[in-house]
Amino acid sequence: MMRIEIIRRPQHSALFSALSPFIALLLTLLAGAVLFAILGKNPVAALYSYFVEPLTEIWSIHELLIKAAPLILIAVGLSVCFLSNNWNIGAEGQFIAGGVAGSILPVVFPDFQGWYVLPVMLVLGMAGGMAYAAIPALLKTRFNTNEILTSLMLVYVAQLFLDWLVRGPWRNPQGYNFPETIQFNSSAILPEIWTASGRAHWGFVLALLAALLVWFMLSRMLSGYEIKVLGRSARAGRFAGFSAGRLTFFAFLISGALAGLAGISEVSGAVGQLRPSISPGYGFTAIIVAFLGRLNPLGIIAAGLVLALTYLGGEAAQISLGISEKSARIFQGMVLFFILASDTLIYYRIRIVSRSVETAAKGA
Amino acid sequence: MKKYILGLAAGLGLASLAVTGAFAADKLKVGFIYIGPPGDFGWTYQHDQGRKEMEKALGDQVETTFLESVPEGADAERSIERLARAGHKLIFTTSFGYMDPTVKVAQKFPDVKFEHATGYKTAENVSVYNSRFYEGRYVQGVIAAKMSKVGVAGYIGSFPIPEVVQGINAFMLGAQSVNPDFKVKVIWANSWFDPGKEADAAKALVDQGVDIITQHTDSTAPMQVAAERKIKAFGQASDMIKFGPETQLTSIVDNWGPYYIERAKAVIDGSWKSHNVFEGMKEGLVVMAPYTNMPDDVKKLAEETQAKIASGELKPFTGPVKKQDGSDWLKAGETADDKTILSMNFYVAGVDDKLPQ
Repeated sequence: MMRIEIIRRPQHSALFSALSPFIALLLTLLAGAVLFAILGKNPVAALYSYFVEPLTEIWSIHELLIKAAPLILIAVGLSVCFLSNNWNIGAEGQFIAGGVAGSILPVVFPDFQGWYVLPVMLVLGMAGGMAYAAIPALLKTRFNTNEILTSLMLVYVAQLFLDWLVRGPWRNPQGYNFPETIQFNSSAILPEIWTASGRAHWGFVLALLAALLVWFMLSRMLSGYEIKVLGRSARAGRFAGFSAGRLTFFAFLISGALAGLAGISEVSGAVGQLRPSISPGYGFTAIIVAFLGRLNPLGIIAAGLVLALTYLGGEAAQISLGISEKSARIFQGMVLFFILASDTLIYYRIRIVSRSVETAAKGA
Repeated sequence: MKKYILGLAAGLGLASLAVTGAFAADKLKVGFIYIGPPGDFGWTYQHDQGRKEMEKALGDQVETTFLESVPEGADAERSIERLARAGHKLIFTTSFGYMDPTVKVAQKFPDVKFEHATGYKTAENVSVYNSRFYEGRYVQGVIAAKMSKVGVAGYIGSFPIPEVVQGINAFMLGAQSVNPDFKVKVIWANSWFDPGKEADAAKALVDQGVDIITQHTDSTAPMQVAAERKIKAFGQASDMIKFGPETQLTSIVDNWGPYYIERAKAVIDGSWKSHNVFEGMKEGLVVMAPYTNMPDDVKKLAEETQAKIASGELKPFTGPVKKQDGSDWLKAGETADDKTILSMNFYVAGVDDKLPQ
């Protein structure tokens, strides 16, 4: 008989902490190569079409930015939550809430057209995401409810609400009853950055700005310090005069605002209307992005691009090699698995204890 | 990491060039965008069968690619564009939600022909093709009313869009032509393909006392539940007999192959033109799987009904028909026009459900 113990290391290596995402990516690539080999595909060609081919054409890099923008925006917000020990799992719902709130103008008041439409939409999108994120924050601070459960369950509420909207009150009257709103008019469309070469929209620039701002806040401002102190030890934070309840609200509101901004950017820039589903799970994939980026907004930019690549690579691999699209999800899952495993092993070590040794020790 | 990838790329570039270089230039590359996996044994499976039939019929003249489980919305546009950029000159997009992305990409690639299933927007290089599945639903309704002992059938719907509502209404009218008091209970799965939800819906319907199940979702789960519970069921989109050898009465089989072959040929010989077709039993797009697990007289009635629809003698939406709220829809002898059919968003009398609006 033996037992496996996980023991906290007295010190953890700073070097390996920094390297952990790279180790995880390397292991993912290796595991992927093994997987492709088992499927009978040339692993080298498969990895090439997965991770390199999408980067060989300009239009495809545009597509990469389109995919990365919502992931980065959401993950940057989540980093504030996770650093402060607030487990917001419901960014997908806040994304939808932002998309819906931001669409009020183009859907309900399509006659409003002009330069002011877009800014109002973006602000409403952020407000929608914030309001939606305030619910789990309120429940946590007032009733001590587990925010993992409440934020996650609110995702389904948001999805069904959007579904109801586009089938009911917001349905396009000229759309043969199909569940979608009217197409946004041109002043409600987030413009493309460089139209001649591809369709990437300004959402990516917003994502970069958000990442820089939050990075500045976390590393250079008192509020960033407060977040980290309270996140590591609520008790120590209280001694310093920081309020955990206030911080919970702060983190959820920032995170909700950025998820909402991601939602309205996606709807306005990439989709151009509301549909029953406006996200292929960005809010959940962003959790992987946040951890792969070490909860550091600058790291998250890189991590967002990597995860975005798995979406595009899955498609490229389907065309050139006939590999199922499910492989993209497997890659995303493996990245998260390996990063969590690496992190765990950096902070903890595994000890295998055999029973006989233990009893012998007791006897002595 | 980047260096690693670049190194890998440099090392392997040759290998992948060899792969892409193998395509012959004179072959017509035909691309397909699927909403689900080809292994759903329903909607996508049938489109994939059509693709294979085309490959078989046209042999060396074509080469096909498909992208599976492409979400409707922002991703679809990229997927379609990728196929167009990869040299596909004919692209079939096989779900309603691909309509606007298809039209958008088509504007960028005027020399590529696009075929969009079940939509309504056409362009110089975008055709629309759709099938009168509801004709098969009418035949199923006739069978259901003959076979059901309790006079109530369960119907698993995907989304309350016109195509699905057409089916429910046609089923109801077919059943009422045999038994005017027949009822239909509907459960919405809110998904085209979700075996778990579909199975739950089927179980719930059986528990509510229905003894026939029909589905407008794409997995075989409802058929399997019906088989377990020893009631009868209709398949969807493909012949699902092997999932319910003693359960399936018949199934509406979407027969896309001939259409795909015809359109690919048209591109090859240069005669392709944009059109908007809405075809059914007559043209061979809707095929009924063999009538099984029913007495001979029911089978005979089903075959007769099918023949009448195929010949155009019987149109499923022919008055007198009342709407669910009791108001008149079609006067005696009046038939619904295609525009009404394609935008149907109300139930006929007898459907025991409130249509989600």
